[in-house]
Amino acid sequence: MSLLDYFKISKASSASLAKERLQILVAHERSSRNQPSYLPQLQKELLEVIRKYINVGQDAISVNFEQNDTQETLELNIVLPEHQSKTF
Amino acid sequence: MARVIVVTSGKGGVGKTTTSAAIAMGLAKKGHKTAVIDFDVGLRNLDLIMGCERRVVYDFVNVINGEATLNQALIRDKNCNLLYILPASQTRDKDALSQEGVGKILDELKKDFKYIVCDSPAGIEKGAHLAMYFADDAFIVTNPEVSSVRDSDRMLGILSSKSRRAELNEEPIKEYLLLSRYSPDRVKLGEMLSVDDVQEILSLHLLGVIPESKSVLNASNSGMPVILDEKSDAGQAYADIVARYLGEDKPHRFIDEKKGLFGMFFGGK
Repeated sequence: MSLLDYFKISKASSASLAKERLQILVAHERSSRNQPSYLPQLQKELLEVIRKYINVGQDAISVNFEQNDTQETLELNIVLPEHQSKTF
Repeated sequence: MARVIVVTSGKGGVGKTTTSAAIAMGLAKKGHKTAVIDFDVGLRNLDLIMGCERRVVYDFVNVINGEATLNQALIRDKNCNLLYILPASQTRDKDALSQEGVGKILDELKKDFKYIVCDSPAGIEKGAHLAMYFADDAFIVTNPEVSSVRDSDRMLGILSSKSRRAELNEEPIKEYLLLSRYSPDRVKLGEMLSVDDVQEILSLHLLGVIPESKSVLNASNSGMPVILDEKSDAGQAYADIVARYLGEDKPHRFIDEKKGLFGMFFGGK
């Protein structure tokens, strides 16, 4: 290995950075590509209903749509706030 | 059977029109009657790249509207009598193209032509949608650069869900990667995504690599598709791409850096 190669490896190249960023981005965009278009609206309306009863934040709810060969799954996850008495 | 090829990318300025002109000329030079259509309504440029801008009388939209026949609008190329160009209209009406109208024209062309090359506009608006909708094969022109790769992936999603083949549940469009403006020396320095990187991200069949080349600007300056510049690296890259598309076995070139002066004298070949 030449001295030059040594310096090259010691610093992450901009190309490898580009590759890493793209891999993450593309994977994310592909997973959301197959989702039904009503998902954001559904999430918004669900949040409104829950807020009638519980005081939760904007990001307390997550709606995930997953698809495999045999079935489609809609996963709804709501994070409840800690008990009132504990909050200051 | 005629085949409809769309040249697309999502991102602008990556070399769609250069590629459309080159591969259409390449297919025609190989003896296949070919038509190349400019789908960029309002911003036509294929005529300039093909060097026929002064011979445009009727355009794509005139034919759709029944103001001219297809034969009146098709321009025979001055270098190859098997190649015809259908220019885009310069109208500012972006709804000038209709799916039905485009479908009818393509059906008519299919009777007479072996290959129909659709030069897509950038973006994912109507023109780009119609350019890819009827395609059998898609040439995805990508630069080794983050925004181009991302947009190409987006385009792949659209091809697999919004095309006619997808809607009718037919065999999907065959997708090919054309990696353009490639600089092997910058890849070696770690400054540019490599062919392998891009292929890994997009998982596409590589049809060819077109090196960054001065000959591309020279070709567009003079209105001659770069494939006619047989001595140039880009011209040869496109010739290889056409040959591979037609089923010839051509090893990939222009992926490794050029030999320096020393290599040229002593490295053989």
